Amino acid sequence: MKAPARGAVTGVAIGVDVGSTSCKAVLVDGAGRIVGRRLEPAHPRVEEQTGRLVAALVAEAGVEVPVGATGYGRKRVAAARVLTEITCHARGAHALHGGGGLLVDMGGQDTKVIAIGPAGDVTDFAMNDKCAAGTGRFLEVILARLQVPLDEVAGYAARAGAPVTVSSTCTVFAESEVISLVAEGRPAEGIVRGLHLALASRVAALARGRPGTGPVLLSGGVALNAAMVTALAEALGRPVRVLPEPQLVGALGAALSVLERIP
Amino acid sequence: MLRRARYELAGRAAFPILTALEAWQHRLKRSRKQPGGGPFGPPLESVRRLKELMAHHYFQGRYADGAVPVAWVTSGFPVEVLRALGFHTVYPENHAALCGVQRLTPEYSDVAEAAGYSRDLCSYVRTDLGSVLSSKTPVGRLPRPQLLACCTNICQTVLYWYRELSRHLGVPLVLVDTPFVHGTASAHQLAYVKEQLEELCLVAGRVSGKPLDAERLVEVTRTAREGSRLWGECLAASRARPAPWTGIDGFFHIAPIVALRGTEACNGYYRLLRDELEDRVARGVGGLKEEKHRLLWDNLPVWFAVRRFSTLLAERGFNFVSTSYTDAWAEAGVGIDPDDPIGSAARTYTHVILNQDLPNRLDILRRLSRDYAVDGAILHSDRSCKPYSIGQVDLRERLAAELGIRVLLLEADHNDPRSWAAEPGENRLAAFMEGFE
Repeated sequence: MKAPARGAVTGVAIGVDVGSTSCKAVLVDGAGRIVGRRLEPAHPRVEEQTGRLVAALVAEAGVEVPVGATGYGRKRVAAARVLTEITCHARGAHALHGGGGLLVDMGGQDTKVIAIGPAGDVTDFAMNDKCAAGTGRFLEVILARLQVPLDEVAGYAARAGAPVTVSSTCTVFAESEVISLVAEGRPAEGIVRGLHLALASRVAALARGRPGTGPVLLSGGVALNAAMVTALAEALGRPVRVLPEPQLVGALGAALSVLERIP
Repeated sequence: MLRRARYELAGRAAFPILTALEAWQHRLKRSRKQPGGGPFGPPLESVRRLKELMAHHYFQGRYADGAVPVAWVTSGFPVEVLRALGFHTVYPENHAALCGVQRLTPEYSDVAEAAGYSRDLCSYVRTDLGSVLSSKTPVGRLPRPQLLACCTNICQTVLYWYRELSRHLGVPLVLVDTPFVHGTASAHQLAYVKEQLEELCLVAGRVSGKPLDAERLVEVTRTAREGSRLWGECLAASRARPAPWTGIDGFFHIAPIVALRGTEACNGYYRLLRDELEDRVARGVGGLKEEKHRLLWDNLPVWFAVRRFSTLLAERGFNFVSTSYTDAWAEAGVGIDPDDPIGSAARTYTHVILNQDLPNRLDILRRLSRDYAVDGAILHSDRSCKPYSIGQVDLRERLAAELGIRVLLLEADHNDPRSWAAEPGENRLAAFMEGFE
């Protein structure tokens, strides 16, 4: 991994990413590498949870270190620097990839397409609109309805013959559509594959007008789902590179951003 | 006769007493406020006069029934004819915006929705129909119209909206249909609009009980053109760095040119405002204490969140120095010509921003971006205003590529807070601002 280009990383720092479904915290070393990590389901008491995670990482570091915060709960974190997850995912992805490019972050509550400049800055971004279609939550809800465990999703999609079309783009309506499809005797494998294709095509629509030639970078919890990676590559017509520890990219970016401020 | 006297009295005697009372309250409130707080520059002195002017308009309107002819009018309607005939005009769009700022739309919309109007309709329409059906309004009372005057140059929805008003209120509807313009309007398109305006003169004259006085129409047209010119001068003050006021101030100061166009009261106000703005420019006083970045806004304001947006932006040194919405009233109005009131009105009102194709809208945004030296633009994708929002994805790409500025597409609604997701929306705004830092 290359060192981040945006600023001299001279000390250790902690980055906290309070998302809608999970809470992530990382400790980075002077070279910007992740040397400590915590990941838990997000708790409504943000201050309590992040305070505990930060204290654990401080104990690992052995010294007090500055904290950077991002994610929907970022304003509730005691931090030296607070930035949106759009900026932090770009910083994290830039550091991990070693350059700019197009990043897709598929999180619990939203999906973002972020164009990252050569210096790690956000040159442009687009997000799914107010509804949850096209997000990790959408998959979670429907897969729970189909009783497909998350670690078996890829197998289901791979085994499928023709995908079953799920036309509704609303999570709630798609759930009832899936119930009807199951009742009609459609195979769960085909439905799972259909869902992934529907989701991937929504992401591809967000990426419209942001062309490029290199691989599309992928971060966020959904990146751990191999079926989604395949479907995305298909919809985008470009290879997809899953960033290492994709769930921690935002937290890494938050840690790196706080280091930029240290002279 | 008695009603007419009461209408005049409402404007001349009763109202000044109320405004004096308000001014006293204002002074009291100001003396209690801590000075120097917040990211904004000193407030505009003219604001108080604006409040008085608009409150006066609505207050006098309460006594207009039976005193003077009353028309309810769309914002893009050639109002000069009605003004010359002595109509008291009510702008349901302006009234709806007022309700929007006070977050009354959900309550009024519920009434309209219960009566069968779809939630997919424009939130101005739902606010207005809900207000009519429930007789609720924050301005005390709206005078009942004898005439509904609708011009399709801002959207087609107004036609169906005013038809419904006509049905509920049992009053005639006069329509000016403006064909959509690709490039420049053709001669036959303009002749078609002109014929309708000539018919309007007759119909409105019949409703008002007196024929149109050609001299008076010339005079009103001259006043209206002067009003648009003055409004343009107020907006142009923001070409200075720092801009002497905020774009959000502009959203509120648009009220006279929309609702009182063609009156001396409107022009007098804008002279006062222009002088104050030019004085602020000369003294280097900005709308923000520290203007770091200059933005362009496209589409209607998000009325219910306008102060929230303004503060979020101002805290980080961002100001809207130009908006295509406020500019529309400065651009269009100067085209009317007292030497040819009807012919020039046909041409002017056909060529308003929302009645023209996308290349024209891109031209306007491009020109405003350059004239006001903006660093970025926010295109409000307004769920309630499809004609204004269509094509914004392409506009965004073109503006960003051609001018090298950052452009954000922000999903919201001009009046209905139920269509606005505050957390993701504000998050997007924050990420957009971080991109400049």
